[in-house]
Order: sequence, then C-alpha cells, then structure tokens
Amino acid sequence: MSALRITASILALATCSTAVAQDSADPVKLTLHDWTGQLITTQLMGEVLEQAGLTVEYVQADYLAQFAGLETGDLHVAMEMWETTGRDAMDAATATGNVVNVGPTGMKAKEEWWYPTYMKELCPGLPDWEALKDPACAEAFSTAETAPKGRYLGGPVTWGGFDDERVEALDLPFEVIHAGTDAALFAELESAIQRQAPVLLWVYAPHWAPAKYEGEWVEFPEYTAECYTDPAWGINTDMAYDCGKPFGEIWKVAWAGVQEKWPTAYSAVEAFTISNDDMGAMITEVDLNGKSVQDVVADWMAANEETWKAWIN
Amino acid sequence: MTGTVASRPVGPVPAIATSLRLWIPAGLVFVVLWLWGRDVLPWAFDYPRSWVPPVRDWISDAMKWLMNDASLGLFTFREMTRAIAAVIDVPYQIALGLLSGGATVLGVLVSPIGWVGVTAVMGLLGHFAGGWRLAALTSACFGFIAIFGQWTSAMVTLASVLIAVPLGILFGLFLGLAGYRWRGVGRALIPILDLMQTIPVFAYLVPILILFGFGPTSAVIATLIYAMPPMTRITMLALRRVPSDLQDLGHMVGCTPRQMTWRVMIPSAKESLMVGVNQVIMLSLNMVIIASMIGAGGLGFDVLSALRRLDFGAGVEAGFAIVALAIALDRLSQAFADRAQVPLHVHGGFIARHPYLFGGLLTLILSALIGLAYPAVQSYPEAWQISTGTFWSDLVRYININYFDALESVKNFMLLNLLIPFKRLLIGLPWVGVAGLLALSGWCLGGVRLGLLTGGLTVLIASTGLWEEAMITVYLCGLSVVIAMLIGLPIGIAVAMQDSLWRGVRLVIDTMQTLPSFVYLMPAVMLFRVGDFTAMIAVVAYALAPAIRYTVLGLRSVDPSLIEAGRAMGCTPFQILTRIRLKLALPEIMLGLNQTIMFALSMLVITALVGTRDLGQEVYIALTKADPGRGLVAGLCVAAIAIIADRLIQAGAHRSRVRLGLADERANGDS
Repeated sequence: MSALRITASILALATCSTAVAQDSADPVKLTLHDWTGQLITTQLMGEVLEQAGLTVEYVQADYLAQFAGLETGDLHVAMEMWETTGRDAMDAATATGNVVNVGPTGMKAKEEWWYPTYMKELCPGLPDWEALKDPACAEAFSTAETAPKGRYLGGPVTWGGFDDERVEALDLPFEVIHAGTDAALFAELESAIQRQAPVLLWVYAPHWAPAKYEGEWVEFPEYTAECYTDPAWGINTDMAYDCGKPFGEIWKVAWAGVQEKWPTAYSAVEAFTISNDDMGAMITEVDLNGKSVQDVVADWMAANEETWKAWIN
Repeated sequence: MTGTVASRPVGPVPAIATSLRLWIPAGLVFVVLWLWGRDVLPWAFDYPRSWVPPVRDWISDAMKWLMNDASLGLFTFREMTRAIAAVIDVPYQIALGLLSGGATVLGVLVSPIGWVGVTAVMGLLGHFAGGWRLAALTSACFGFIAIFGQWTSAMVTLASVLIAVPLGILFGLFLGLAGYRWRGVGRALIPILDLMQTIPVFAYLVPILILFGFGPTSAVIATLIYAMPPMTRITMLALRRVPSDLQDLGHMVGCTPRQMTWRVMIPSAKESLMVGVNQVIMLSLNMVIIASMIGAGGLGFDVLSALRRLDFGAGVEAGFAIVALAIALDRLSQAFADRAQVPLHVHGGFIARHPYLFGGLLTLILSALIGLAYPAVQSYPEAWQISTGTFWSDLVRYININYFDALESVKNFMLLNLLIPFKRLLIGLPWVGVAGLLALSGWCLGGVRLGLLTGGLTVLIASTGLWEEAMITVYLCGLSVVIAMLIGLPIGIAVAMQDSLWRGVRLVIDTMQTLPSFVYLMPAVMLFRVGDFTAMIAVVAYALAPAIRYTVLGLRSVDPSLIEAGRAMGCTPFQILTRIRLKLALPEIMLGLNQTIMFALSMLVITALVGTRDLGQEVYIALTKADPGRGLVAGLCVAAIAIIADRLIQAGAHRSRVRLGLADERANGDS
C-alpha cells in the first residue's frame, strides 16, 4: 500500500505539480457503506482523485454513524447522503460547522409505493392510486393481521416519508407496517415475487430491485411543496400529504477541513455529478450481471474520460 | 450471585400471612384501576407529556460538553481518550500488518504472513496446547476460512479480536477480583455491569466515535464494554464459591494475599473462569457486525453487504467464517488453561527447550520464502476457492415456495393467540398500578430497599415518556426468555452428564452465539415477514445459549461425593437430579437466567431492524436523528427493565431457598 502510495505521489508530483503543491500528502478518507450504488460512486470518486495525484483511503462506515467521524475529521468525504433518509443527521452535523454539504450528486432518488406487475390482474385500476381505494383491491393486499385492510410495507421508521399521514389523508383502506431496515424490505419483496404473492411496498431507485423485477410505481397526485405544508391543497382539503413523494436529492458531504487541506479534492468532489441512468446501468452490471465494482468503474471512466477530467482541472 | 448482593433483605421482610393480607387488597385496587380507572385517572395510563423532565436534553448537553469542552487541567477529556486510542492502536496496527496489510520496514514492503503460515502456526499452537486433535481442529477452522475465500476479511477481523479479547479477559478478571475482595466495590459493580450489558451499543456509539476516533480502536472499545461483563460476574461468583477449607488451608500454610489469589483462589476457580473467557471470545465475535459499521471492516462488513444484496450464500459463508474463528480461539484458550500446570523442564539447547517456538518461527520463515516463489502459498488462489453459490438462496426459495402457507398459519396462530393478546394486555396496564405491584413484590421478596428500587425504577421508566415502548420490550423479551429457558433447561439437564453429547451441543450453541443474527434473520423475514414473530425467533436463538451453558456448568460442578452419598442413601436417579443436582446447581442456573435476560435485551438493536416498535427502535431512531440524549434515555430504560427483572428473580430465589432451609453460605453467595 505505502509503496504504491509513494509512487503515486511521485508520479503526481511529476505530472501536475501545480495542483498537488497545495494538497496534503495524507490520504483522503472516503466512506464506504453497504449498498452497491454508493460503492460505485465512492470508488469512482476515489479513482478520479488518484488520477489527480492524491492518495485515497476507503473506510467502511455506517451510513449514519459516519457523521461522528466526519465531524472530528477522522473521515473526510461521504459520497451519498440521501435527502429522505439522512437529512436530519446531515443537518445536525452541518450545524456544528465541522461538516459541509458539498452539493448534489446529480442523481435524484425516486421513492414511491411499488407493486409487481402481476398484481394488476387483481387490481385492474393500477397504477392509478384510486384503484387502491377499492375494498376488493385492498383485500387482495391484505394479510391475517391487517384484513380486511391492505398491507403496505413502508420503509424503516427512520426514513420518514409520511406514509401514515398519506394513508389517512387519501383515506386508503391500508395499514402501514414499517420494515426495520432496507434488507428486510427487499427480503419481503423477494419472498413475495418467488411465490407470485401480493405485495405493496416502498421501493426506491437507483436500486437493483426495480431493475430486476417487473413492477410499477403507484401514481399518486404529483408532489408539490404546498401539498406537504398546506392542508387546503389537493383532494383532501383538511389534511396535508395528499400526494406522492418528492424526488429527493442525493448530497455529497465532507469534513469542513477538506477544502483547506486538499483543495483539489474538494473542488473535484464538488464538481462530481452523474445521471440516474448512468448509475442505474452500473448498478445493474454489478448486482445482476455479477461484474466487480472496480471493473464497472473502470469501464465508465474509459468511456467518459472528458467528463471526469473536467472535475480535476 | 449477581443480584443477591443488592437484594439482600434490609429491614423486615413481611411474613407470608401478612403478605397475603397485603396482596389481596392490592390486587383488587389494581384490577379496579385497570378496568374502570381510565376515565377517572387518565394520567395513570398515559403518562402526561408535560410531566416528562427534559432529561434527554440534559444528557445531550452533558455529552456535548464531555466530547468538546471537558478539561482535566493540562489536557481535555477528548485528548485523553484519543491518547488511549493511540495506545491501543499500536498493537492493533502490528497485528493487522502481520495478518493482513503487510508493512513497510526500512523502506521495504514486507508482505503479511500467508495463509499457509497462519494455518500452520495455528495447528502448531493447537498441538502445543491440546495434542493432535486440537491441531486438526484449529487448522481445519483456518483451512475452512481459506477455502471459502474469506481469508482477507477474516484476518482483519482476527486482528481486532486478538486485541479485544485479551484486554477483555484482563480487565474483567481484575474488576472481578476487586469486586470479590472489597464488598463495596462488588456492590457498586453490579449495576454498572448491568448497564454495560443492556444499554444497546447504538445508544453510546456516537460519543465513543467522537472520543476515540472513527475506526478500529472505537470498535475495540465498544467490544470491551459489551464483552467484558460476563468475565467480571463469573470471577466474582467463582471466587466466592471456592470451598472455605481450601482458603483455610491457604492461610495455614502462610500464603501472602497475592499468593492466596494467584496460587489458591484462581486455580481452584479455573473451570468457572474459563466459562468467562469463552464468553468474552463469543461476545467479542458477536460484536463483529457493529464493529464493521464503524470502520473495523472485515467479515462483519461482508455479512452486511451480502445481505443487502439478499445473497444468502455469501452471508452464510462469511458468517460461518466468524464462527470458525470463534471456535478455534475458544478451544485454544480452553486447552491452554488445562495445560498451564504441566511443568516442562527439558535441558539442552534453545531448540530443545523451545521446540514449538522454534518450529513456529521456522514455519513462518519457510512459508514466507516459499511464498515469494509460489504465490499460492502466500495468498490462497482464487481458482481453488469453493463456494456454496446459490445453494442457500435456492434452499430458502424452495421452502418459501412450498411451505410458506404452512409456516404462515403457524405464525398467525401464535400471533393471534399469544403474542398480540399479551402485547395488548401489557400496553393497556396503568403504569401507576404496575409500579405499585412491582414495589410490593420487591418489598415482599427482598425488603423495603428492594421495594423502593423496583417501584422507583418503574416510575422512572414512565417518566421518560417511553412507557409503551418499554411494555413492548417487556412483552417481546419476556416471552423470548420464557421460551429460551423452557428449551434450554431440559437440554442442559439432558446433556450435562454426557461428555460427547455436551461437546456437540456446545458446538451448536457456540455457533448460535457467534453466527451474526443477520444471517438467519433475513431468510426468517422472507418466511415470516417483518414483525414481532421474526424478532422473537432471533431473540430466542441468541438467548438460548446462556440458558444451556450455565445449566450445564452448574450441574457439572456439583461435588461428586454428594451424588455418591445420595446414591448410597438409595435415591433414584430422578431424586438425585431434582433433590441434589438441580438444587446445588441453582446459583449457576440463576446466573444463566440472568444472562438469558441480559442477552435477550441486548438483541433489541437487532429486533429494531425487523420493524419492532420497542426501546431498541427508539435507540435506532435516536442514532439517525443524531440525538445522543434520546438514545441514552431509551438505553437506560432497557437497563432499568433488566435490573428490575434480575433483582426480583434473585430475591425470589433467595427467599424460596430460605424457606426450604437451603440458604446456607454457599447457596446465597453473599456472606
């Protein structure tokens, strides 16, 4: 490792000495979490930083616990902080002044109620949300615990999402059950698909699930900011949340000291953007076609040289 | 005994007749309050929000102060903890370099010890400590890790475990010794140990990360907090149970206090102490998942990311690699303890005197040199790796497609007839009434002080505004503990006296204790959906181990001469079991019950991941909201539940022993 690091820095010094002169030789620590998309964005950023002559170290860290490390400067850059699941922790961290939001990644998180296509036979009105109001349709989604109401498997409580409020505001005959974690959510989906059984749950993209399984998102009234804040807006004039979920930004965050210590790294992280489609394709390559993250990242870098070169100049 | 020290009767314990006269009206008042009180006294059911003191904020502020501003004169508190972390980091980096990363020595990159070297040295250690059988076992464990392609991650995990385990044993032993020698220390230690074992790690994770830095050292500290308490508890219990004639003998031959401790007490308590060592190893490896979330990487990370992809095969393989590490380390340490007395006085040169040391060094050098020429000796070639591939996923799929409906009906039956009614019942109870009844039970069983403790802690839980979450916790863990004891006790009794059976069962419970629950939790979610039933499966599977382990320990350590005496007096085997063995093993069985409760409560963090709404979920939410005060308050509620349950059970057991005339010095353990 260290020898590699030394050669990398020497090479870097030789090639682009102007940029490196002001950057610290210490490694920039990027955090890795446990989902593929994030591993790809982080590896991609890391590779680009190494191309710019910086040394990079990857640290496996929990998505939320990492803020403790970012605040103290033990960790430096986190590439994916989802608006929907990480906003509170991110705000608390930026409020300390030790963590900064480095801007959006360009990816937009889509999150909505999702069902496998075969459910359309039982609920012909789908994907329109009004089909869910039909008692027969709700019954089709029910289990012994929730009958006669339908069962909707929401995300972990910590994700927020206002599904309990949505069910009430839209007067849907459904009960919201919260999965405790992302893995549990998709374990239930996989189980239902194997049995071709009814399931209605929170799915988000970019993720491998909507790529792997055939299904659709429920179409709720389109989200607007007023829908969440103004009860008078929308179908239910007494309650807010009578609409679908917003698209969430995915942010990049960093320790506040990065800008001073590695200015090149900071501007590269700031410039980093990638589209939903590119990311979706890469996730599919890894999770469904069995390629390694390294190979997929290398392929993308070979095909998009101009894009990433612009980040480091 | 863990609880009896605190629950020793203070003041008069009411006689049975008086307590009956107390219980009947108390029960009536409770039932009246419960059934008709909701409209008259709504505050007795739902603790009013305005009465909740802002403890949460106080704790958050105190934490903020401790993490950022607390100063010890010359340096801040954080500088001190960072220095401690730096000290621990040195041996860790050495271990990591040797096993995994390699190191740069004098500008030359030295590669780590290869898989052949490590496996051979482990085999040698096994042979040194326990002969060929152990050598075969340890090298098989490490061979397994290599063959299934888990080597790199396993060595990262091993490096941090190799630091955490000795520290845990050492600190645990010394704390236990201190608790044994000074009664006051012992009494103060017990609630602290309860807190350490029951407050979910997530509740104090953020403060630890800030104080000790984000990385493997924080993982080691968190592991120490969680894995050390059983060692301390067992040390105190085992030293108290050293026969007094042995101590007298020690005094007679003129042992100094130090000789008394190290030459008399500890050797004679060895069998029990080794259970403590086993527990430190098991619990340290149990923390591997959480350690991986805070930068320790290794096998825990592989398990987590495999299960996020629902790749059960990869999860099972990484999970069993953790088990293999646990078993190799545990059996090695047990064998070393058995071997310690054999004096070796061989004369001759260095090689003759230290054949194993020499052999080990030779193996390392040879394997390193051969590794330079043949990379296959250095790192296990990918082409030789085998994998279970999709076998596990296919198995789960097969069960899911063919048996889901049958499983679903069993689950629904349990849910609708047992779980949900019990949960509703508990949630519907008025907190005032529960506090009163618990205080009364405490008073009847253990005197005024215990009554004040149990009643006070109950009110404290209500005053945090988390009453409903606490009741869900009680329901989930209470049922799980009952089920675990119902399964564990009979198994323990059945296998205690048969060495070969016990060896097999021990393998199973060691596996259940170290296989990350995530590995079987996600298949369980597929078959039983998210919810309480799935959570209960995980809690029972984990809490079963101490129920069996301590029962066996107790039954095996009964003095054989007493059993002989029973047989001579014509007792039937059943009488020997119930009248002699079980009675004399009661202290260990009660410790087992205590540990079963503690283990069940420590699984709360995991149950939160399958969607329960208990205190564990509250802790988890606090972590996502970056609110250490909220998490610690919920964590303290968990600890309060544990303490109430433990103290009442211990006092009850003590009292029934007194009534049966069994509470001699040995049995109640606190005099």
